Amino acid sequence: MSATTLAGKRTRILGSAVVTWLVFAAALLLWELIAIGADSVYFPRMTAILGTAVDLLLSGPAWRLMLSDAVFEIVLPSLATALGAWAASAVLGIALGTALGRSDWAMDYCGTLISFLRSVPPVTLMPAFMVIFGIGVEMEIAAIVFSTLWPIVLNTVDGVRSVDEVKIDTARSLGTPRRYWIGMIVLPAAMPKIFAGLRLSLSIAILLMVVAEIVSGSGIGLQLSTTQSTVQYTEMWVWVLLLGVLGYALNSALLAVERLVLGWQPTRGDDA
Amino acid sequence: MPTMLEVSGLTHQYGQGERAHVAVRDLAFTIESGQLACIVGPSGCGKSTLLRCISGLIPATGGSVRLHGDEVSGVPGDLAVVFQDYSRSLFPWLTVAKNVEFPLRWQKVSKAERSQRAAEVLESVGLSGVGKKYPWQLSGGMQQRVSIARALVSRPALLLMDEPFASVDAQTRGELEDLTRRVQRDLGSTILLVTHDIDESVYLADRVLVLSKSPASIVADLTIDLPAERNQITTRESERFVSLRGEVARLLQSPQVQRPGEPDPATAESGPGTTTVETGDTAGTADTAEAAARS
Repeated sequence: MSATTLAGKRTRILGSAVVTWLVFAAALLLWELIAIGADSVYFPRMTAILGTAVDLLLSGPAWRLMLSDAVFEIVLPSLATALGAWAASAVLGIALGTALGRSDWAMDYCGTLISFLRSVPPVTLMPAFMVIFGIGVEMEIAAIVFSTLWPIVLNTVDGVRSVDEVKIDTARSLGTPRRYWIGMIVLPAAMPKIFAGLRLSLSIAILLMVVAEIVSGSGIGLQLSTTQSTVQYTEMWVWVLLLGVLGYALNSALLAVERLVLGWQPTRGDDA
Repeated sequence: MPTMLEVSGLTHQYGQGERAHVAVRDLAFTIESGQLACIVGPSGCGKSTLLRCISGLIPATGGSVRLHGDEVSGVPGDLAVVFQDYSRSLFPWLTVAKNVEFPLRWQKVSKAERSQRAAEVLESVGLSGVGKKYPWQLSGGMQQRVSIARALVSRPALLLMDEPFASVDAQTRGELEDLTRRVQRDLGSTILLVTHDIDESVYLADRVLVLSKSPASIVADLTIDLPAERNQITTRESERFVSLRGEVARLLQSPQVQRPGEPDPATAESGPGTTTVETGDTAGTADTAEAAARS
C-alpha cells in the first residue's frame, strides 16, 4: 500500500466520520422539529429529553466526572449484570464450542439440540427463569447467559471446524506439540468467527438485560417501566436513548478489541 | 556420501477392499546427504502421497522410510516441508518473523536466539527488514520465501518441497529456483523436491527421479550432469539441458518402454544429443499438456 492511498484513505475515514455525526445531529434536530409540530406529551422535544438526561445522569459532583447517583445506583449495576453475564457466556461458549468442534462425533449428537435451544426466543423463557431462579439478579444473569451462549458456541464450533488442512499439515510438520495445538493454531484460526459470535451476543445481552430487569423490577428496566406507568415520558425517553448510547459504546469497544486481536487480518472489505 | 533418506518397498493405498486406490506401489530409492533431488511425475500420480509418507504426515500402508538410518514413524523433528500453497501454509495471525521462529518454539532455544536466527535465515532468502509485516502484505514470491525460511530455520537434515513454485509467476519462479540452489549449497542441506514440471526438475536438480502414472513407481533415476553454477538463460539453452529435458519428457510419456527390471535403460536407449530438435519438441509438448492439465 503506497503512502498516498493510505493518506487518501485516512481523509476519507475522517470525512465519513464527520458525515456520520452530521447525519446523527440532523436526526436529533428533525426529532425536535417534529416534536414542536406534534406538541404531544408522548413525544417530548429532544432538547427537553437531553435537558432531563443532564439533570438525571450528569448532575453529580465534579470529582465523579459529574456522574449522578442514578448512574452509580442504576446504570452501572445494570451494565455490570449484562457484561458479567456476557463475559461468563463468552468463556463458557468458547470452551464448549472448542470441545464440540474438536470432537469428531459430539456435534452429530448435540448439533440439533443446540440449534433447537438457539431457536427458542429467550424472552419467552422469562417465566421459566422466574420460576427456577426467583426474582432477582440470578434470574437476570441466567436469562442473559442462556440467550448469549448459543451464538458463541455455534460460531466457535464453526471456526474450530474450518481450520485449513494445509495449516494443520504445516503445524504438524513443524513439530507443534499437541498441548499447544488449540492455543497456537485452532483458536487463532477460529478467532474471526468467534468474534462474530461475540458481537452478535453482546447486543442480545443488552436486550435481555432490559427485558429481565423489566420483569424483575430493577435497574434500567425498572426505570423504563415506572416512568412509563407514572406518565414521566421525558424521563422514559432518556432511558431509551441511554440504552442506545450504551449499546453503541459497547459495540464500539468490542470492535476496538477485535481490531487489536485480529490486527493481522487484511483490511476488511478490501481484499489486498 | 552418507545416505540421508532411504525409501524401500513404500506402498500406500487409500481405502480397503475393492474400492481401494493404490497411490504408491513398491517404491524404492535413496537420497544421499547434500543432494538436491527432484521427483518428477505426471499430475495425480501420487507424488504428494509419497511426500506425505516420507514426512510422516500419513503412515504408509507398506514398506519403510528411513531418515539417516532411523525409521520414520510420525513427523521427524529434523525434517521440514515447504508446501505449494504458501498463502495457506503461512500462519496469517503471526508476523513474518514469528512465522519463521515458529518451529524453534518447541526446541530449547532462547527467545533472543530465536529472533536472531529468524533474522539470519530471512536475510539468507533475501528478505531482511520485513519481519514485522504480516504475510498478506508481501507478494506471492516473498511469501514463499518466508515459508522456505521457516523450513530452514531449524536446520533440518532433510527439506521436502511439494510443488513449491507452482503458484508463482514465471519470473518469480526462476528467482526462487536459483534461491533454492544457492541456499542448498550455502547450508549444505539435503533437498527432495517434487514437481510436475520437467524443465524445473532438470534445471534444479543434481538428480531426477522419474515417476510413472498412478500407482507411482520409479521409472528412471537420472544424474543431472549440468555445471553446478546454473543460469536461467544460458543453462536452459545449453545442449545438455535440452537433451536431458527431452529424455525426462520421453520417460514421462512412454514409461512402459522402460519398466522395472532394467535399472536405468533411458540413458542407454535415448542417449543424449541424438536428435536434439526432436527431443526439444517432445519436451515442449509434454510441458504444454502438463500446463493444460494444471489449469
